[in-house]
Amino acid sequence: MPPAVGGGLAGSELRPRRGRCGSQAARAVGPDVATEATARSPKRPAPSSRRFEAPGRWALLALVTLMSFATRFHRLDQPPHICWDETHFGKMGSYYINRTFFFDVHPPLGKMLIGLAGHLSGYDGTFLFQKPGDEYEHHSYLGMRGFCAFLGALLIPFAYLTVLELSQSLPAALLTAALLTFDTGCLTLSQYILLDPILMFFIMAAMLSMVKYNSCANRPFSAPWWLWLSLTGVNLAGALGVKFVGLFIILQVGWNTVSDLWHLFGDLSLSMVTVGKHLTARILCLIVLPLALYTATYAVHFMVLNRSGPGDGFFSSAFQARLSGNNLHNASIPEHLAYGSVITVKSARMAVGYLHSHGHLYPEGIGARQQQVTTYLHKDYNNLWIIKKHNTNSDPLDPSLPVEFVRHGDVIRLEHKETSRNLHSHYHEAPLTRKHYQVTGYGINGTGDSNDFWRIEVVNRKFGNRIKVLRSRIRLIHLVTGCVLGSSGKVLPKWGWEQLEVTCTPYLKETLNSIWNVEDHINPKLPNISLDVLQPSFPEIMLEAHMVMIRGNNGLKPKDNEFTSKPWHWPINYQGLRFSGINDTDFRVYLLGNPVVWWLNLLSIALYLLSGSIFAVALQRGARLPAEVEGLLWDILLRLCAWSLASFSLAGHVHTLGILSLLLGIAYSFYLFHPLAYGMVGPLAQDPRSPMAGLRWLESWDF
Amino acid sequence: MLGFLQRPVVVTADINLNVVALTAVGLLSRLWQLAYPRAVVFDEVYYGQYISFYMKRIFFFDGSGPPFGHMLLALGGYLGGFDGNFLWNRIGAEYSTNVPVWSLRLLPALAGALSVPMAYQIVWELGFSHCAAVGAALLILIENALITQSRLMLLESALIFFNLLAVLSYLKFSNSQKHGPFSPSWWFWLVLTGVACACAVGIKYVGVFTYLLVLGVAAVHAWHLIGDQTLSNVGADVLGRARLAGGSGGQGVRVLCHLLARAVALLVIPVLVYLLFFYVHLLVLCRSGPHDQIMSSAFQASLEGGLARITQGQPLEVAYGSQVTLKNAFGQPVPCWLHSHQSTYPVIYENGRGSSHQQQVTCYPFKDVNNWWIVKDPGRHQLVVNNPPRPVRHGDVVQLVHGMTTRLLNTHDVAAPLSPHSQEVSCYIDYNVSMPAQNLWRLDIVNRESDTDVWKTILSEVRFVHVNTSAILKLSGAPLPDWGFRQLEVVGEQLSRGYHGSTVWSVEEHRYGRSQEQKERELELHSPTQTDVSRNLSFMARFSELQWRMLTVRSDDSEHKYSSTPLDWVMLDTNIAYWLHPRTSAQIHLLGNIVIWASASLATLVYALLFIWYLFRRRRRVCDLPEDCWLRWALAGALCAGGWAVNYVPFFMMEKTLFLYHYLPALTFQILLLPVVLEHISDHLCRSQLQRSLFGALVVAWFASACHVSNTLRPLTYGDRSLSPSELKALRWKDSWDILIRKY
Repeated sequence: MPPAVGGGLAGSELRPRRGRCGSQAARAVGPDVATEATARSPKRPAPSSRRFEAPGRWALLALVTLMSFATRFHRLDQPPHICWDETHFGKMGSYYINRTFFFDVHPPLGKMLIGLAGHLSGYDGTFLFQKPGDEYEHHSYLGMRGFCAFLGALLIPFAYLTVLELSQSLPAALLTAALLTFDTGCLTLSQYILLDPILMFFIMAAMLSMVKYNSCANRPFSAPWWLWLSLTGVNLAGALGVKFVGLFIILQVGWNTVSDLWHLFGDLSLSMVTVGKHLTARILCLIVLPLALYTATYAVHFMVLNRSGPGDGFFSSAFQARLSGNNLHNASIPEHLAYGSVITVKSARMAVGYLHSHGHLYPEGIGARQQQVTTYLHKDYNNLWIIKKHNTNSDPLDPSLPVEFVRHGDVIRLEHKETSRNLHSHYHEAPLTRKHYQVTGYGINGTGDSNDFWRIEVVNRKFGNRIKVLRSRIRLIHLVTGCVLGSSGKVLPKWGWEQLEVTCTPYLKETLNSIWNVEDHINPKLPNISLDVLQPSFPEIMLEAHMVMIRGNNGLKPKDNEFTSKPWHWPINYQGLRFSGINDTDFRVYLLGNPVVWWLNLLSIALYLLSGSIFAVALQRGARLPAEVEGLLWDILLRLCAWSLASFSLAGHVHTLGILSLLLGIAYSFYLFHPLAYGMVGPLAQDPRSPMAGLRWLESWDF
Repeated sequence: MLGFLQRPVVVTADINLNVVALTAVGLLSRLWQLAYPRAVVFDEVYYGQYISFYMKRIFFFDGSGPPFGHMLLALGGYLGGFDGNFLWNRIGAEYSTNVPVWSLRLLPALAGALSVPMAYQIVWELGFSHCAAVGAALLILIENALITQSRLMLLESALIFFNLLAVLSYLKFSNSQKHGPFSPSWWFWLVLTGVACACAVGIKYVGVFTYLLVLGVAAVHAWHLIGDQTLSNVGADVLGRARLAGGSGGQGVRVLCHLLARAVALLVIPVLVYLLFFYVHLLVLCRSGPHDQIMSSAFQASLEGGLARITQGQPLEVAYGSQVTLKNAFGQPVPCWLHSHQSTYPVIYENGRGSSHQQQVTCYPFKDVNNWWIVKDPGRHQLVVNNPPRPVRHGDVVQLVHGMTTRLLNTHDVAAPLSPHSQEVSCYIDYNVSMPAQNLWRLDIVNRESDTDVWKTILSEVRFVHVNTSAILKLSGAPLPDWGFRQLEVVGEQLSRGYHGSTVWSVEEHRYGRSQEQKERELELHSPTQTDVSRNLSFMARFSELQWRMLTVRSDDSEHKYSSTPLDWVMLDTNIAYWLHPRTSAQIHLLGNIVIWASASLATLVYALLFIWYLFRRRRRVCDLPEDCWLRWALAGALCAGGWAVNYVPFFMMEKTLFLYHYLPALTFQILLLPVVLEHISDHLCRSQLQRSLFGALVVAWFASACHVSNTLRPLTYGDRSLSPSELKALRWKDSWDILIRKY
């Protein structure tokens, strides 16, 4: 990548500045191009040294890159145990190597790359990644950490080039690089097997390519223009493919593109055909290309993970038939339900799971003290139910009796196979959804009462039709109260093993909550059919995977009485996060931004907002500001847009003198705070004997 | 001086008969048979209980919205002489004779009726013709859903009224900007805009969206004002200050005055008015009531009766030897007090883990003698208060002695029963095993003003930090199993960071201990508290606490038979049955005029498409519309289509249960857009007179059909006529409409 960067640099000496708002554009374009070079000249090296400028810049870039790699790879192997979320992402890397199917709320690209890095570096996927603090022992983990550190280290040269491109000022760019290099937060985040370095890499790369392609705007449809445009698209796909927060960089690029197109559209010297070409190029590179790449990562994801694993139950029955080792894979089961069949019943709402019961009772005070009925995401013997006729208890599997199929509208009884209790409901309020009725397991050995009777109905079918496995969408209507069996999707407290609540809802509106399908079906008296016909198409798989992820994300809410950090804590560096170790004898790593860097950043954002609004009002009042100031304004504007939206990675911008002292100061603060990232042993910072004691500037930092 | 003698006194009045006529028909449609049905209709059951509370001046807590709306309804009750004695428990219950139904429903009905002439005024002020303006008013007049909603004791019609008033007064203000800035009428409309916005927000939080819209439009106008180089001197003489400043700086000063006037009227006044609602609310509701428990002890103590009766006359400063009850500040899952009792933790829990087998410490949601603790100085043995009392300060180390068992509050490195990551909290029993007492706690006053603050009854929020382990006394909120009598678990939590209500406690009941002997002390604990100090919270403290609780209280998202999703609203795919006559099949439904709903949605779509089309053409320097026409068109869109969008789109992100009536404010704005679009099509898109006449005929036919539909649905709007089952079936135009048909 660096050679191409250089080309872009050389070509952007005299970049025409495009106004960001229509009315200002006319004013900004005219005098600006000419005056800018002169206005800036004091800050540039003297003309005599211009010959050395290019090599000098290359050397600086190399220096920046070197520094960044040196800090990121220093003591990468420490600590040799699992830190924080490595337990998740390392485990998921292993899943890819073992090709077992799993479920996660993030898109797959990041974890796939981690898995790939592990595979190439000789990790065999056998480490269990059970909990933070487990030693890696002989397992090779450096490949994965090294890969993340590599991407994390590239962040800095990218940031350097971006700021250089935006401000054309070497000191500002160097400052940016120093701020990022010496930020302990960024450093810590880059040294472990996490998604964040990968995400930051793609975000910064997207930013860089967007800025580069902006600077090629005077040569549309040239090779570099196409290159940077499509690279922007590629990196957008990368960012979105790692985490959904990548959407924000897409929004920023989208905003940039829309205002760019709006500007082109208003330029009467361009014909509509040219504008159309511009539009098409953007659609191709920034919409079609990223979507194709994003889809491709999913294609690879589903191709690689072809074995049954811990994520099966989150997905629909048809989806599971693809996974080898799953009991639905290559399975053949009887097609139509008959009395005596042993079945599992799955909710049509995604990520709710199977109708489940177990030998525990509802606790006292919560409805009737009968056996719990829940939904459960994982496969389990307790998910098996037997369909029986409501009024007889004879064994329908008796070979002497004829097969009797269950039909739409029949009244049935569902007996839990393991505990022989019937699915039951009554006029008691459900545990969480107070307006619904409670569903329990009731009766002994299949003998209960009339509250065990349910009418089975197939959605949109006529009475008397048979009920098909997997394909029929059924509703179970309680005969006595007239309510419908449904899952509320709410998580039960500890007494319910954090499984999901099942209720009987008196509101008959047809929602996915109250629709079920039959998944497993065992009946020795019936002929089997193959399930391969049910294989879902790729778009269906994509859609389903996203629905499951969105539901999973919604489920990640903190519980009551739990300490969590709030978004307003982040920018002010209010508190850190323990990556490893708690006690004074442990090897401790503490994720905390370098406070000097972070607070400096806050200050510069405030300064920018202030000066920006003053300039804006002054311009609106018609003051004829010197072109220099105007240029400066748009500069800072662009840069701040870039930085504040590139989110938690950091930057600053100080144009004036004192840059060197600032650099030194930042480096010194890094020297002070580096043990946070590289690890420390010894007394806690609350202890006055600790070397870090004087650095505990906020009481909320507990390193 | 005596000029009025030389010239006759002349009163010139412009009376727009259109407005008068529209007001008259508006009143007729909304007030006709207002007291019918004489029964609780739908959400009247919900608002009614609050009206009763207002009438009896009992404090209540309702997290659904600010108090202005409730107060308006209560005003109706007050004017009608309602005494608040009615049991609001069932929809359809007959009102007893003491309930002034007519006056209770009067204010919402008036608000609904006045919306009709206001619609006329808005469209007129937007710069469109009288014809369009009358059209808009007539559409509002015959819209069945709006009629239903305004004829009952509900809040939407008042919300719509103030939304429209805010928009109308802003338009009046901005139109008077050109010829008379700083004139009395200019000030009047400007201030009225702010007040109307505050009223809308005060009725329902969703009013804030209209407020933001008006603010946004005002900000754009102010921005143009800043850029206006030619700001003329017209009206400057009205403003003395500008004239004084005069000269070269005059222009800048005048712009500043304009900006300041707007900021005061649109930002400061609404805040003050909003505070005023709460002030009146808290002034009226001065007696303790059923919802006291939700509020903090300090708040409760400011109400007559209830806690105030207990705490009245308590000593303020907690001293060594004080007897106190400690209430947890979080109040989740229920408000509770720190508690202990004779029972010990079981040696082995159900899951096999072990405990210290010491005396249980829990949090108990009821008043009990076992909630009493004595604050003890670790260096002394006595449990009585010295004379003079020695107050406890922030940072002091104390011991807490359980009053009835005289055991000391203790925590140690033993896993808590239900939260194994936290420490168990117990009252220490010396079993002579190698488990020393660790019963010293450092007092941390969270809301202290200085580091030497004294621990105060009710007012101080304190944390207890364990001296040995730096754990914090915390309510985990988990109910203990049977061995703990289902009381709530209390733990010591090691995490020191962050503020969380579950770690904060406050003294609720307090007295100075007098008895040295345990027997005497037990008697003392059983006796009620006395002595004398009274205290009051400031209004701002009470306001901020009440507002904060209202915003953070979690309402359980209950399903409702008639709940719907925002997508159902645009084309009226749902309805709500409000009331059914107990014997006949007369019924009231919230059901809109489907012709109006559909054409209003269509008009919005047409507007959006046309707007984008014009915008793109203008960007390519093709101007289809003259500049002033374009500005009018854009402003109408910003206010009407914008008003629809800001009152509709946010509902997609709300998690609460939604009903069709939530759409009515958005619908009103959409209806205003309808004549605007029609007039635009007729004026600018119909190229010949023939086309124009044809279009006019179409509009007349369409309007006639809307009237017809309105008339057909009238029995369901007023509920005055019993319909036969076949008639009802014929009215069920959509399968998703739920019309009640009696089975005889």
